[in-house]
Amino acid sequence: MVEKNKGLQGAIHIFFILLTLLCVVPFLLLIIASITSESALIHDGYSFFPKEFSADAYRFLLLDSGSIVKGYGISALVTVVGTLCNMTLTTLLAYPLSRQNLPGRNIIAFVVFFTMLFNGGLVPSYMMWTQIFHIKNTIAALLVPNLMLSAFNVIMMRSYFTSNIPDAVIDAARIDGASEIRTLIQVVLPMSVPILATLALLAGLGYWNDWLNGLYYISDNNLYSIQVLLYQMLTKADFLKSSAASALPVNISLPSTGIRMAVAVLGTVPMLLVYPFFQRYLVRGIVIGAVKG
Amino acid sequence: MEKTVWQRFTRAIRKFWPLYLMAALGLLYLFINNYMPMAGLVLAFKQYNARKGIWGSDFNGLKNFEFLFKTRDAWIITRNTIAYNAVFIVLGTIFSVTVAILLNEVRSAKAKKLYQTVTLIPYMVSIVVVSYLANALLATDNGFINTQVLAPLGQDPVAWYTTPGPWPVILVLINLWKGFGYSSIIYFATLVGINREYYEAAVIDGASWWQQVTHVTLPGLKNTIITMTLLSVGRIFYSDFGLFYQVPMNSGPLYDVTNTIDTYVYRGLMQNNNIGMASAAGFYQSLVGFALVLAANTIVKKISPENALY
Repeated sequence: MVEKNKGLQGAIHIFFILLTLLCVVPFLLLIIASITSESALIHDGYSFFPKEFSADAYRFLLLDSGSIVKGYGISALVTVVGTLCNMTLTTLLAYPLSRQNLPGRNIIAFVVFFTMLFNGGLVPSYMMWTQIFHIKNTIAALLVPNLMLSAFNVIMMRSYFTSNIPDAVIDAARIDGASEIRTLIQVVLPMSVPILATLALLAGLGYWNDWLNGLYYISDNNLYSIQVLLYQMLTKADFLKSSAASALPVNISLPSTGIRMAVAVLGTVPMLLVYPFFQRYLVRGIVIGAVKG
Repeated sequence: MEKTVWQRFTRAIRKFWPLYLMAALGLLYLFINNYMPMAGLVLAFKQYNARKGIWGSDFNGLKNFEFLFKTRDAWIITRNTIAYNAVFIVLGTIFSVTVAILLNEVRSAKAKKLYQTVTLIPYMVSIVVVSYLANALLATDNGFINTQVLAPLGQDPVAWYTTPGPWPVILVLINLWKGFGYSSIIYFATLVGINREYYEAAVIDGASWWQQVTHVTLPGLKNTIITMTLLSVGRIFYSDFGLFYQVPMNSGPLYDVTNTIDTYVYRGLMQNNNIGMASAAGFYQSLVGFALVLAANTIVKKISPENALY
């Protein structure tokens, strides 16, 4: 807008400073709790200014890092492989849909779109994955159900292709003798970085943060992702004790509250570290894909 | 010369087979992940027997639905799912649009980017971590609110996880906190695209800041608001499972205000072994959810056809 006055600017900054604090302060409480001594946590409660600090929780995680490291490994593996699969499927489906002259394009588009309107729900999906595909307690359970392709993302990417890549460019590549797949990889994708970055970030978030597939299909401790581990630690009070019993010297009492907080911190950090790299594409990707499409 | 359908079909395949092959991979996934379970909806009309499986189990007509709708749960989960979503949509839209408009007013590019980055952080964390944050605030014995806020004020601690009263407010606040960053980006992006000449013209006509907002900005956002609302209304029969299950720590005394269709189906399937009621509730969700998308889209088609989904 035009004509801005100083008072308004000041008020807006104050509003945003309060808002950003509101977004960050809960995490600060979590981080401080993870370095608060167990006795202070239990007796004085969660506080921004604890009476006694302690690194016991992190020390314990270093000592007995078995399940945490494994959970991290599984989350990382699932996130990388899952995001790659997701992006491959999404791109390969969105590109043909963006080609105006492809016969049957509308039928394919409808088949994709209809999955956004109607679905079978949890019970039939659960039965199918467990009884037909026997997915329980396999790594595939964390990768395949629900997260590998979303109709919404396909539509976003298709809109991006149709509004940003002129038909003439594709025609030129085809006339030069490039195959369809080469046209896609060498001509279309390099022109689509914002939408690729945006959808990859969303897919990666979906995998890293997912705990539902783990909740439904995984009961084997060895396959717990970091989020499922967190869920188990919060709901089952003795989860830590049973998994830690072997590694812990008898005379050390378990700083279980602090450990939970430390794992929650560690479970959040990777996404926050990756996010800035994607951020500059995010606005453009979301806008062009979602709004103008 | 008239071409038969078959000739056109084979010609299309010959010419475009690489494109069809590309699409086939994703379509196969959608077939398995999305279409196959639709057939399983038939379970809602059967007496499920694990030994006989989905197809072998005997039909029992509408019995599952009779049982479901005889309970008080049917009403509670419908009410909760719809009422929470309605509040989320209204407050979420108002708040995100406000944030987007104010963000657009920030002159410093650095500050703008900082605010945008930080307000998106809650969107990036898993709902399990959100339940940790909520627990740090709300735990009865050592939670922040009881020990650091209520105690110094001389108030008695509140057993949050067994007191249903405040939960509607808590859940609405958490949902708002987690989601506003993302939707305000979408509104902000639309705002940036509004032609500056409109504002200049408004200023020449002597429009105040507030008049610019109501006469230029909001009309410019109208289409995006309609599309976003339509998408959410289409999902009004669905809820964020983690928000209603894990954030209240699956606490029984809170079910009255936290039970939604999704949590009900999950508990029926995984905890109470009540497959009949769970699949009836799931069927109800799929069907009514579908009807609501169609209805919402029809209404939008009438008032603003360019925003309809199809």
